[in-house]
Amino acid sequence: MTATVEQVATDGQAEPVRRGRRPQRSPLARQEDRAGWMFVAPWVIGFLVFTAGPMIASLVLSFTDYQMIQAPQSVGLDNYRELFNDPRVLKSLSNTFVYAAMFVPLGTIFALVLAMMLMRVGKAGGFFRTAFYLPEMTPAVAAGAMFLLLLNGQQGLVNKVLGWVGINGPNWTTDPNWLKPSLAMVSLWTLGGTVVIYLAALNGVPKQLYEAADLDGAGPLTKFFRITVPMISGALFFTVITNTIAAMQMFDQAYTMFYGPQQKASASEESLVYMVYLFQNAFQFFKMGFASAMAWLLFVIILLITFLQFRIGNRYVYYHGER
Amino acid sequence: MKHLRLPVVLAASALVLTSCAGVGGKEDEGGGGESSAGSTPSGTLNVMGFSGEDEVAQSRIAAFKAAYPGVTVKNNKGDFDPQQFLTAVSSGNAPDVVYMARNLIGTYAAKGAIQPLDDCIKNNEIDTGQYREAAMNEVKLKDKTYGIPEFYTVTANLINAKALKSAGVQVSDIQTTDWDKLEQTAKKLYKAKNGRPARIGYDPRMPDFFPLWAMNNGAELVKPGGEPNLNDPKAVEALTFAIKLVQDQGGWSNFKTFRDTFDIFGEKNQFTQDQLGVMPIENWYVNVLRDARKNGLELASTPFTDRQGQQISTLGGSAWVVPKGAKNFDAACKWAKTLTSVETWHKAAEARMQTVAKDKSFFTGLFTGNKVADEEIKTKYLKPTGDAGFDQAIENYYSALDKAKSLNPSAAGAEIEAAWKNAVGKALGGTATPQAALDQAQTEAKAAFDKASQG
Repeated sequence: MTATVEQVATDGQAEPVRRGRRPQRSPLARQEDRAGWMFVAPWVIGFLVFTAGPMIASLVLSFTDYQMIQAPQSVGLDNYRELFNDPRVLKSLSNTFVYAAMFVPLGTIFALVLAMMLMRVGKAGGFFRTAFYLPEMTPAVAAGAMFLLLLNGQQGLVNKVLGWVGINGPNWTTDPNWLKPSLAMVSLWTLGGTVVIYLAALNGVPKQLYEAADLDGAGPLTKFFRITVPMISGALFFTVITNTIAAMQMFDQAYTMFYGPQQKASASEESLVYMVYLFQNAFQFFKMGFASAMAWLLFVIILLITFLQFRIGNRYVYYHGER
Repeated sequence: MKHLRLPVVLAASALVLTSCAGVGGKEDEGGGGESSAGSTPSGTLNVMGFSGEDEVAQSRIAAFKAAYPGVTVKNNKGDFDPQQFLTAVSSGNAPDVVYMARNLIGTYAAKGAIQPLDDCIKNNEIDTGQYREAAMNEVKLKDKTYGIPEFYTVTANLINAKALKSAGVQVSDIQTTDWDKLEQTAKKLYKAKNGRPARIGYDPRMPDFFPLWAMNNGAELVKPGGEPNLNDPKAVEALTFAIKLVQDQGGWSNFKTFRDTFDIFGEKNQFTQDQLGVMPIENWYVNVLRDARKNGLELASTPFTDRQGQQISTLGGSAWVVPKGAKNFDAACKWAKTLTSVETWHKAAEARMQTVAKDKSFFTGLFTGNKVADEEIKTKYLKPTGDAGFDQAIENYYSALDKAKSLNPSAAGAEIEAAWKNAVGKALGGTATPQAALDQAQTEAKAAFDKASQG
């Protein structure tokens, strides 16, 4: 590190400031510096080109009327004012919140149950781990189209199975009240990554804790809530945050199921999630400036939610057995 | 910090470059260029939005290549994708010629994404009188022409004759003039099982066909200048009736759920499976149904009429446009002219007839934006099919050609369409009354139109 040294004269008078010299670095150290930068350069350039650059561009565009063809015209804060005057922004935002409120807890529980089951399957674990992760690799468009068939209220497999146990299933994809729950269900399809994280966390819980609990006569529920949950709380916290961010940015399934070429004319406002409306503004209505303002509003909302999650979550999360 | 200088400079440069990327900002008016009847185009012609797989498309591409061997055609196959198109134009990589739905042209023209073709038409001596007037109206905005019409789609009622027989309904009962009678007919044809639809009697094709029902009741959803008129009392009345039809047949949620199970393009479609009695649909569907005859299809057809009994139809179809920034304007003009000329349509019809002969099937007509070509091809190739129902359907479509009307082009066409579709969706779902939904749609569409008109 470069140091600035201020020497004070013994008579109390301040001497002129003298900058300290950086210690001479050896040729080997400089070579290592260069090598280090070369190694991180792909990521740094990728970040600047594909993330930071477009983010700054979209921030600039959010203060303009940009229709993609002509040069952007500055409109000051008009786009941000319009965010609060457009009822569909609020509607899509509330739809997204409701969807996230269903998907995140449901996804966490579902993935945890699957991971705990995987812990107990023994030699077949490898097969099931692959099987559960495969949907992550399936294109969202294909999954969306498949779920349209599975969730059809009249001939879909889901309602047929429900019918076997005497439940008359709803019209998942056409009843406005069931559109968001059906989207949450479809999103469970892609929880393979979360399952793998939980599986790793569960494998990291020391066995002796359970043995000690057994000696103390603890039951399965006690062990789960007193040992398992605290010991994997770091993983739970991480996935809750990342799944919340993903839920707020939900696009693929909603677009495929309700706004794709075959479905767009039948879409209900109840399925309009925020990112779909953003996409419509950008590419259907040529309002790229407004869409950029929408993107920044979502960024701020996600930032606030994540901040709150950290403030609240840190009280309950154990790192290496300690809070 | 000296050792950080190079990476920082590189990073800053990349940042500046990427910040600029996508912002566009090119002020050039784009495209243009010289094109005349005598010019010989060369180079590469980049085509976008044209799937071009069947014999009708392939024969016309071949006709262009034969006429202009100096041009290399690069067809980026696939349907028109607004995102792909806009990013290509704004990044300076515009294709030369684009195939898009005519109802999009007003919006794209107003935004400056496509070029006026008046010079192209004049210099290449393209006879616009050969195209149907309604199609030409769709490709114009503020007295400038932005597209050359290609296909043309019109609507008529297609009927599952077996369903009519089983319900004791006559083909003549399938009409849209008397709404009360239509409602009674739909109820007669409708069948339910376990509280869910087992056969829809009459599908009004909502929400897509709302403009047709508005037209049926005498409403014009977009005024001639492009201003929206979505909450016209006649439009509200039409929407209310169409929703009533749906409610009579299981209610929207059950109705749509059942309709989603139809295998529309399959041989075991909604007609052969007795899932549907009647629906208004465009002319291309007759081609699809041809193959369903071996599964027992008995087709019948009636014209779609207004409440005074006059045949009406909404209008759909495509056009060729030249985007801003197109590099080979001359070839693009020649392409649009060649692919829509009478001679080329004849080649397409010949190719279709060869396919028909090979498949031992029959010709169901070729419906283009070129009136002269349509009439000549009809006279030359259209013969009785041997199936009275198909003959009637084909005749109904041909008779609709000169009566079809499109929504007037508007600078806010995309927003107007989104507004009425959203309103109809809300009214069908029961979250708003037709009046409230269309009032809100009108407010939104009018605001978009005012803004677009200012631009």
